[in-house]
Amino acid sequence: MAAMTPTAQETAAVEATSPAPDVTRARHRRPRVWRGLVLGLAGAYFLVPLVASFAFTVHVPGRGISFDAYTRLLSAEGFTESLLLSLGLAAATIALSLTLAVPALIAVRLGSPRLRPVIEVMCMLPLVVPPIALVTGIATVLRWGPEHLSRTPLYQTFIAVQNEKFPVVLVLAYAVLALPFVFRSLDAGLRAIDVPTLVEAARSCGASWPHTVLRVLVPNLRSSLAGAAFLTLALVLGEFTIASLLGFRPFAVWIVSISGAHARMSVAVSVLSLVITWALLLLLSRTGTASAASAPSRKES
Amino acid sequence: MSAPAPTPHTTGTAGGSTTRRRRRGPRTWLAALPLLVFTALCFGIPLGALVFGAVTRTDSRSGATSLTGEHLARSLQGPYLGSLIGSVQLSALTALIGAVLGVLIAQAVVTSRSQGLRNAALTASGVLANFGGVPLAFAFIATLGISGVVTRLADLGSLGWDLYSFTGLAVVYLYFLIPLMVLATVPALDGLRPQWREAAQNAGATAWQFWRHVGLPVLAPSLLGGFVLLFGTAFAAHATAAALVGGSVPLVTLKIADALSGNVLTGQENVALALGLDMILIAGLVMAVYLPLQRRSARWLR
Repeated sequence: MAAMTPTAQETAAVEATSPAPDVTRARHRRPRVWRGLVLGLAGAYFLVPLVASFAFTVHVPGRGISFDAYTRLLSAEGFTESLLLSLGLAAATIALSLTLAVPALIAVRLGSPRLRPVIEVMCMLPLVVPPIALVTGIATVLRWGPEHLSRTPLYQTFIAVQNEKFPVVLVLAYAVLALPFVFRSLDAGLRAIDVPTLVEAARSCGASWPHTVLRVLVPNLRSSLAGAAFLTLALVLGEFTIASLLGFRPFAVWIVSISGAHARMSVAVSVLSLVITWALLLLLSRTGTASAASAPSRKES
Repeated sequence: MSAPAPTPHTTGTAGGSTTRRRRRGPRTWLAALPLLVFTALCFGIPLGALVFGAVTRTDSRSGATSLTGEHLARSLQGPYLGSLIGSVQLSALTALIGAVLGVLIAQAVVTSRSQGLRNAALTASGVLANFGGVPLAFAFIATLGISGVVTRLADLGSLGWDLYSFTGLAVVYLYFLIPLMVLATVPALDGLRPQWREAAQNAGATAWQFWRHVGLPVLAPSLLGGFVLLFGTAFAAHATAAALVGGSVPLVTLKIADALSGNVLTGQENVALALGLDMILIAGLVMAVYLPLQRRSARWLR
């Protein structure tokens, strides 16, 4: 799954080399028709569900337009708790995965190129394992707690990571799922700067290692760090499989749980979460890491 | 991560570049250690537990654990096999349709001269490819569900339309698969140099001959790779299907979720583990096909 978006150079190259002589221009007329048709149909397919969902939430048959579904959200039972839980999990996941990945990737760039394939495979493996398979494994491990470890101090750890208020086990699982995207985003960022020179310069001036990393390298990686963080945030906010099967109730699980009683509200929340995710991703592509934004992610599907 | 001052005396006797390498080696390796330990613990242990549980059986009375192929065999029988086949069918069908439509859209985007259209299409694809899971399911319920907006406007109900079916699920999956294919193939289509087409035209080739002998052979690895990527994505999808159809369409992800969350008979959870292992094997196979293809296509797209 290498980078899939075209680079600016490629685009420029294609543009520079299309001369469009008169002969081909005549040929291009027919394509224009099917191009319009294809793009029109595609636009309709991708727009209709969005427009229809919005219409569904604001138009109540027989009663006209009302924004009730949105205004009643804040007072809905469980909305604030589940949203705050999701945001907290996202913050912890982002912090954890960046703290793990940044030093490792700098190390690979700097002095251990032989480690690179190991790290790359380890970071990409979660793509091969579907989340549902991962959660079966996690559930099995969590069951060991009560079964085998009830008399050891480890048991307390098992209880603690499954705390309803803040399930650390979800943070660990999400950090695993986020690894491929964090790796790709950071790797691209590190590729763009000359790590050895920066480090050597900083070290020669007497900077300590933490200082070098935090004050010299991290500022240079700002956009790729932001990219990794945004993708992780989107992943955690939308994650359903692992949380629901382990019995926790963050945002995505809450939406499903209210859908039976409040169909309109569940669609309204979906529209909102969609708008927020899109805004985040658009912001991300604006900050210059378009490649990270458009890389396919393992957001729940 | 603090390190000793970089004086030659602290790092042994060998001189020149060897000292340097030896000094750097262990230290940088240590920086990568937390990541490696974390992956081993949080990814390796669950995975190990999955494989172990899938191939062993623990006797509830004696507590003895023995190796068995029973769970794997059961996961390939009856309703479980049906769900695996259902998943593979749905993934293959949606991946095929998604790949064809995605290439058509990508080609339309690439051949258009408008940079604005191109940027808009690529950004939209990036966003839509990431749009899955629960919100997508609810958007489609509002659109094409029983009392959905489009269902009522077009009176699809009387035409026999059912969102909560194999076909309905396919329509929903395509919503994130097509943009994924656009993202995967635009670089490949960009790589088709206009000079190749001109050369073919100068040599008297028709458009069909160009595609038959130049275009498609060059694109083939990318297209196949895109198809395989779509297949893997559709195969692993769970949240959309769970929020949409519950249990009416046999899918392996839904069966695993059932076996895990429901109060099932003992031994059943081992079948869930075996099904998980089946999924990993299929997904691994998919990746094993995808990565070499990706590398092959990269040759042309430099």
